[in-house]
Amino acid sequence: MMQKPAQRLTLFLLLAPAILWLGLLIVLPHVEILVLSFSERVAPRVYAFGFRNYLEFFTEPLYWRTFARTAFMSILVTALTLVLAFPIALYIARVAQGRVKAMLLLLCLLPFWVSELVRTLGWMMLLRETGVVSYILRAVGAADQPVELLYNDGAVILGLVYGGLLFMIVPLANALESLEPAVVEAGFDLGGSRWTVLRRIVIPHAMPGIVAGCIIVFMLTVGNFATPVLLGGKNGLWFTEQIYAQFITRFNWPQGAAFGMLLLLLSSAIVWLGLRLTGQSLGTTLKQA
Amino acid sequence: MLTKRAGLKLATALAALMVVGSAEAAEKLRLLTWADYVPKDVMEQFTKETGIEVEVTLSNNEEMISKLRATQGAGFDLVQPSQDRIAGPQTEFGIYKPLDLSKIKSDQFIASMLEATKKNTTVDGKVYGVPHIWGTDGLIVNTKTAAKVADYNDLCDPAIAGKASFRAKRPALIAFAFANGMDPFASYNDPKAYTAMMEKVGTKLAECKKNVKFFWDGKDQLLNAIRSGEVVAAMAWDTGGWKLNSESADIKFVAPKSGALGWVDTFAIPAKGRNDDAAYKWINFNMKPEIAAKVAATAGNFTASNGADKLMQGKLKDQFAESFPKAAIDNIKWYPAVPAGIEEIEGKILDRLKAGS
Amino acid sequence: MTLCIGSVMAPSTDLDIVRVTKRFGAHAAVDDVSFSVAPGEFFSILGPSGCGKTTLMRMIAGFEHPTSGDIRIRGQSMIGVPANRRPVNMVFQSLALFPMMSVGENVAYGLTCRGVSRAEAEERAGRMLERVGLKGFGERRVTALSGGQRQRVAIARCLVLEPTLVLLDEPLGALDLKLREHMKIELKQLQGTFNTTFAYITHDQSEALVMSDRIAVMNQGRFEQVGSPRELYHNPATPFVASFVGETNRLQGEASASNGAIAVRLPSGAVVQGQGRAGQAALAFVRPEAVALAQDPSLLGSLPNRFEGRVSAVLFDGAASSLLIDTAGFAEPVRAVLPQAGPLAGIQVGAPVHVGWTADAMKVFAA
Repeated sequence: MMQKPAQRLTLFLLLAPAILWLGLLIVLPHVEILVLSFSERVAPRVYAFGFRNYLEFFTEPLYWRTFARTAFMSILVTALTLVLAFPIALYIARVAQGRVKAMLLLLCLLPFWVSELVRTLGWMMLLRETGVVSYILRAVGAADQPVELLYNDGAVILGLVYGGLLFMIVPLANALESLEPAVVEAGFDLGGSRWTVLRRIVIPHAMPGIVAGCIIVFMLTVGNFATPVLLGGKNGLWFTEQIYAQFITRFNWPQGAAFGMLLLLLSSAIVWLGLRLTGQSLGTTLKQA
Repeated sequence: MLTKRAGLKLATALAALMVVGSAEAAEKLRLLTWADYVPKDVMEQFTKETGIEVEVTLSNNEEMISKLRATQGAGFDLVQPSQDRIAGPQTEFGIYKPLDLSKIKSDQFIASMLEATKKNTTVDGKVYGVPHIWGTDGLIVNTKTAAKVADYNDLCDPAIAGKASFRAKRPALIAFAFANGMDPFASYNDPKAYTAMMEKVGTKLAECKKNVKFFWDGKDQLLNAIRSGEVVAAMAWDTGGWKLNSESADIKFVAPKSGALGWVDTFAIPAKGRNDDAAYKWINFNMKPEIAAKVAATAGNFTASNGADKLMQGKLKDQFAESFPKAAIDNIKWYPAVPAGIEEIEGKILDRLKAGS
Repeated sequence: MTLCIGSVMAPSTDLDIVRVTKRFGAHAAVDDVSFSVAPGEFFSILGPSGCGKTTLMRMIAGFEHPTSGDIRIRGQSMIGVPANRRPVNMVFQSLALFPMMSVGENVAYGLTCRGVSRAEAEERAGRMLERVGLKGFGERRVTALSGGQRQRVAIARCLVLEPTLVLLDEPLGALDLKLREHMKIELKQLQGTFNTTFAYITHDQSEALVMSDRIAVMNQGRFEQVGSPRELYHNPATPFVASFVGETNRLQGEASASNGAIAVRLPSGAVVQGQGRAGQAALAFVRPEAVALAQDPSLLGSLPNRFEGRVSAVLFDGAASSLLIDTAGFAEPVRAVLPQAGPLAGIQVGAPVHVGWTADAMKVFAA
């Protein structure tokens, strides 16, 4: 079964953009970052191969604590997003029909027509001491002094959940849509309560969607930069800030590169662990996403 | 057939782009600088006189160095880092080009400032920077609500808890070191002593953190918070303080007791700059007193141009006089060149401060 | 006294539908329907798609609520009782097995919902699987079963709950022909073994005829006729039943009474004799198996309806084979059973043939 040369050339030409894209934009930079992360500064403009940058992460409590905090908060954000998104997705997938359905999805999409920065600034306007929420609280008498709602972990979580919602709703709604209505009815017919049907039928069916949504939201959250920086203010550091600081303000590229690789590895490990714990395989999850 | 034709078209388009690109490059000065340093009319006048177009990219010290480091000194023809951020990065990364001082009209500069800057930016006997704009870091104080704030340490006064702010960057470390009786510049070249000193300052700042509303990052963010009263005292640049003072007389820029921090932004040429002639032309053009006065007015700061101060507007002069009595001017701490490795020591302290552990 | 109370306590019906109407807007999907199903009965509702039979069944299951009327199970009104509290279980058209559970878990699901302990539920599910011939299938995924096996799981899942009534919504629709024929018999046997009341809906008259004790023929939201398969087949009450249940020849014409029978004059002028009642316009039906065939017209001499024709098509289908005969005076060819033994065996297209039938075999209705 030899292919004609012309055919093979066509195939190659068709694949070329994808291969170039993968190679130039994804593989190559990562390889470079990886190589960079193993270089140690010996003297000005003199670098040697070594593991010091990685050791630094594990020996300096500041860095691994920052990562642990980032990972923990990201898991929390993912869980909250899931809890919030599930009823919305259920409504979109099972209840809403035709135009209402399209409208709802559009509504979820709307915030993403402006940049993340603008969305975050929007939250700042609402939450700041002289902002809308503080004003309303005072107006209705719930507070007698201006209330500062910004610059704390709560604000960061709020902003991140908001940013992650769409990426949870879409795979969830997708998964829930494929659930045959008769299967749900059978669940009730055989004596199941709402809770039983949800727990034993709807959630297991939506599991690939749940896992896909959680992976996307977790990865987006762990790797987020603007939201934690702007809404977090003085309290707590996000790990990406640490990477930014190493690259930009510290001019310590090897250290930043090592942090970047560690972020990639450790968050992938968390995702892998999550998959193992829920008994899902990446294959079925990717199909859903 | 189709792909062949499309490919040809693409190649033609690319070639055309390259021609246009190179044609433009001959006439262009790519300038990496700070906000407000290039007023539109100054830029237009320069283009009219020399035929060179100026392409401006706005940035700050760290980003300037990072950008040049990424390209090993390519991508720009002229940059404006602060004078203390030239020698260190040059030693470490080699991102600048020595200046040909014969091409710079030195009589246009305030002589003492030119000499000090040259000295600070000399590496291996070669000069890498000349001064352009200078100013100070001090305190912006709302005198109605925080009248007592007169030094950096007063930002930690419980009386203004939750309403103070500073940047979680190196000037804060330097300032609080001075305010607590230390001299960080004297220990610049002794990493051990400097680390110990910074640890102390870090502890002090960590205690102070509960007083801080947020670590400010963008100038506008801070100014807005002071306007709305959310912040009543902050460590910040003089120019911001005077801007607010023009809007509301209650807000003043105060030279702290332990000394304002003096900075000088320079002109430096990147190692792989392509248009040095245009760069020297821009320097000489900018240092003409009438041009320098215009730039200084937009930036809200002072210029190293000899004679420009006579052309400056009265308001800024008055504000300067109010903020800086004679003793305060003498007390300004001018940044010496930052030796390599210092940023790393400071960085860890700042990270800990931000992480809150 | 006791006897009287006893009869009140144990009604003689499992299901009573009392004047049930369901409207969707102005459209009445189910229009004033009443019927009863006796314990242990296999009751079918037969009708074309869109006749309202699915809506009726969903109301019994509790997924829809009647606009008016009452649904009683063992005398207990089900109005306001949610689906999961009714002693009724349903076998869905798509079967609706739970793909996220094993076969055993599917069967045990209903029991665990009732609070039966896990161990006991598993054990009872295992016994039920054994009874439907799926012993040892408990651990399998439902996706790994054949169509017939899935069918049995769906039924076992209901029967394990020992419901008063099992509803079956065209459960054989998705099966291939051979399996469907097999499952018809199996279903009937299962129902007999468990002695559970089945209410079965279908649009396939053959399924209904083979399995049911009684059939209700439904059309446009109403019941046309309720009766045993034989009654429906041999004594249809309406033209709809006559044409929907089983194969038939349908003739249209003008009626005029003549000595004890009705004569129907076809548009061509030909006249047929039948039994029934009709006004001016009339519809007449005769089953293919009631049509006698002969090469010699004298053999049909005693029949009031005798015509001459020519074979236009032979539709060979084994035991269900038929002949189409172009007959003088008839708009449509007459359908008759293909003779596969005797003098007419091997008859070919184009062969001349005489057809005839009795007046009793021809049912006449007002059009």
